[in-house]
Amino acid sequence: MEYMIGLEIHCQLTGLASKLFCPCACNYRGSEPNANTCPVCLGLPGTLPLLNKKAVEFAGMISLALGCRIPDEIMFYRKNYFYPDLPKNFQLTQYNAYGITSIGVDGKLAYGEKSARIRLVQLEEDPGRLVYEGGSMEKSLYTLVDYNRAGVPLVEIVTEPDFTDPKDVRDFLNKITSIVEHLGICDTNLEGAVRCDANVSVAGGNRVEIKNVSSFADVEKALRYEMTRQKTMVSRDIEVKAETRHWDDARKVTKESRSKEEEQDYRYFPEPDVPSIELGGDFTKSLQRSMPELPDARKARFESMGLTPHVAAVLIDNKELADFFESAIKMHNSPKEIANWLVTDLMGFVDEKEKEAGHYLSGIKAGPAHIADLAKLVEAGTVNRATAKQILAQVVETGEMPSDIAKKTQVTRIDDAGALAQAVDAVFAAEPSAVADAKKNPAAANFLLGKVMQQTKGRADPKAALELIRKKLA
Amino acid sequence: MLYKLDAASVAKKVAGRELSSEEYIHQVLERIEKVEPKVNAFITVNKKAVEQARALDREIRDGKPAGPLAGVAVAVKDNISTKGIRTTCASRMLDDYVPPYDATVVRRLQDAGAIIVGKVNLDEFAMGSTTEFSRHGPTRNPWDISRVPGGSSGGSAASVAALECAVSLGSDTGGSVRCPASFCSVVGLKPTYGLVSRFGLVSYANSLEQVGPAGRTVADVATVLGVIAGFDEHDNTTAAGRPSYSAYKKRPLRVGLVKEFIEGADEQVVKIIRGAVDTLAKEGCACEETSLPSVKYALASYYTIAMAEASSNLSRYDNMRYGFESSPEGYEWNSYFSHARGNFGEEVKRRIITGSYVLSSGYYGKYYLKAQQARSIIRKELKSLFKKYDVLAGPTMPILPFKIGEKIDDPLKMYLVDVDTVVANLAGVPAISVPAGFAGGLPVGLQLMADEFCEQTLFDAAGMFEQAAGVRGSPDL
Repeated sequence: MEYMIGLEIHCQLTGLASKLFCPCACNYRGSEPNANTCPVCLGLPGTLPLLNKKAVEFAGMISLALGCRIPDEIMFYRKNYFYPDLPKNFQLTQYNAYGITSIGVDGKLAYGEKSARIRLVQLEEDPGRLVYEGGSMEKSLYTLVDYNRAGVPLVEIVTEPDFTDPKDVRDFLNKITSIVEHLGICDTNLEGAVRCDANVSVAGGNRVEIKNVSSFADVEKALRYEMTRQKTMVSRDIEVKAETRHWDDARKVTKESRSKEEEQDYRYFPEPDVPSIELGGDFTKSLQRSMPELPDARKARFESMGLTPHVAAVLIDNKELADFFESAIKMHNSPKEIANWLVTDLMGFVDEKEKEAGHYLSGIKAGPAHIADLAKLVEAGTVNRATAKQILAQVVETGEMPSDIAKKTQVTRIDDAGALAQAVDAVFAAEPSAVADAKKNPAAANFLLGKVMQQTKGRADPKAALELIRKKLA
Repeated sequence: MLYKLDAASVAKKVAGRELSSEEYIHQVLERIEKVEPKVNAFITVNKKAVEQARALDREIRDGKPAGPLAGVAVAVKDNISTKGIRTTCASRMLDDYVPPYDATVVRRLQDAGAIIVGKVNLDEFAMGSTTEFSRHGPTRNPWDISRVPGGSSGGSAASVAALECAVSLGSDTGGSVRCPASFCSVVGLKPTYGLVSRFGLVSYANSLEQVGPAGRTVADVATVLGVIAGFDEHDNTTAAGRPSYSAYKKRPLRVGLVKEFIEGADEQVVKIIRGAVDTLAKEGCACEETSLPSVKYALASYYTIAMAEASSNLSRYDNMRYGFESSPEGYEWNSYFSHARGNFGEEVKRRIITGSYVLSSGYYGKYYLKAQQARSIIRKELKSLFKKYDVLAGPTMPILPFKIGEKIDDPLKMYLVDVDTVVANLAGVPAISVPAGFAGGLPVGLQLMADEFCEQTLFDAAGMFEQAAGVRGSPDL
């Protein structure tokens, strides 16, 4: 069966100091309810919106990163609807029905081998938050409203319905995350900083919107659930209703919206209090000049250092990892070695759930200096790889430097040829039957090597030890 | 009889310490108390006015430089935010609303030494032309208290005419300062769109309106404009710079009498306006008749745009965070909104419903967009006329002040009286109404329009006319 999936991604511009139309802090998290407000974001009578020009720049940067065209002039529109979290009972947003006035249009973004078309990028204000003390609307006698978030700048990215597979959606969202992180405009780790609504239809049927998905990771799950639901309905000849469904995070299902959402007429019209903003070619040109390095370019640069495309991709997908890598190679210029320690070994210590949530390095006490130090120890032959792994496990827990651990526990490799020969002699004396075996079958020498490593608590250089064993067997 | 002084005299005497602002304000408040039972211009009298005047006297005694409005009694329309003084918009929806901030114009008045004596009456949310649609009852015309003072800034003009303040602030969305100025025989100005900050002015139709002063002389109006005009960082639609205005200069201006403005006007009004243009000609102006054919689109365009914007602007009044005494307990939010919003007056409801209709999908192109197209035609036509004329003249109001209640039941008839004033709002140009004479004891105002940011030209023309015509005097109350 054929599926069509489109996305609406909301991304808070957390990299800004102030809200979209007033001087209140953009960072509302941790404030007392309704403390981060002023007459403007509360929509008090007589107040006027004052456009944060930096927000226009940030939205322009996203537009360029998504391959969008930026029009010469942009405008804000009022979207009129009544809702208690909306102080003015209209939202300032952008609208393209009467001419292109949103910050970006007609883009395209490649992810992996595929790509998706971007219909538009628009700048708008976030509403306040409804707080249910009983935990949900059903379980609460009343609703509290917190306007701290009201007016926080949001960028909405709307794609064409170009996806057919939830896995692709996941990859696409990872790419978006990496882009906004690289642009430095959004800290995607903050609760609620990125949200995604999805719409899905099966076999040319009605479109169902899925809302209330609070993390990118759950979008894939919500889509899989919804696709199965629609497929089952189609196979039983039941018509799929055009509707909005909410993602139930606890039960991991989509469900019909409790309040019946009527066909809304938002009565869009241009906001008279924010004069249209002339951008022109100079705006785009100067933005292009000031754009930071984007994930694709960075990945190419990493590959040119000798990293495999896979390793480079893992690093790029999470800006935190890529930055970690770049700091480490500044301390010890050995990209391949460091990348491998990072991607293969260090990631092994990260909880899968944390990774799912995009928190790759939380709770890990190893920093770039530690990995650089570790790589240096291995490359200098001071410790062998197996020992280095044990050291890393300790570093992750304690944050001590690898070279300090190596010294303290004297796991430094046995360099002294005499000491190594002694250990080999001891093993030969203790394992006569294994020695006899090994003389007939060269592969059995590995057993003896294992014994030597055991005896030396891993401090022996396995290469040197094996050589010595072979010599002794011959 | 200090309350009879104009703003210029008060400021000069207070600055020179010939007069204490406290004594003057005290007399103004007594005057308010005396005439209010007849005029009903005030919604709220500022209880701290005397105290503020005393503080100002003390500052001046201590050598602080006196501002251009030092000690002057000013009334402010009750749709302009005053910190700590309730701002009701003459609506039940804002009965208990006390703003936590001052409008920029209010702050600038106070910085110039003005004493705000109170908040004055208007049609609810400035929607009306008579000041009858007020929760606080109609304001009456001081020249004949059985008649309307015009609107929506009826309280602003009537309080100036009735000597309850020296100058006042109103707001003009489609003639709301000029109409009552004309009906009450005072001077009223609608500035160029973007010249005066709207921060703190409760929006009715934000693409059309400006705060404007009313006073008994052209000079006083020019002084107040100089105080309030200019760039404000709180209003993105204000133009750069802080302009200043000087006393009028007699100069030979090119004056066009707009044919369409006198066609269809009351004969007595036309006679006075023709006489006014003759007066300007005698003063050396080159006067001739001219035509602005697009006037025929003006009313429809104006009301479509104004109502559309109003329907959205007034959405915020849901009585959740401020407004009037009412508990949302027991309501589901949607039904609470309906319940609360049922408290708007009839005219406001009419405009919200009409405005919502013209913005609804499928009708936007037919109404709102069309209205905007008509607006740009009017603007273009006016612009080309201003290449030929310095000012365009006509009556401010096509009729004389009518009886209270006469038109209140016929909204369309009521809307028609705005035909001459809405043009300036649609085009964003400045316009002034200056007393031109009386017909049967009822005032007639001369309206003069100039090109954008040419307020000085208006003051020159109006000042020249004021001096030559000598239409002055105060009503008996």
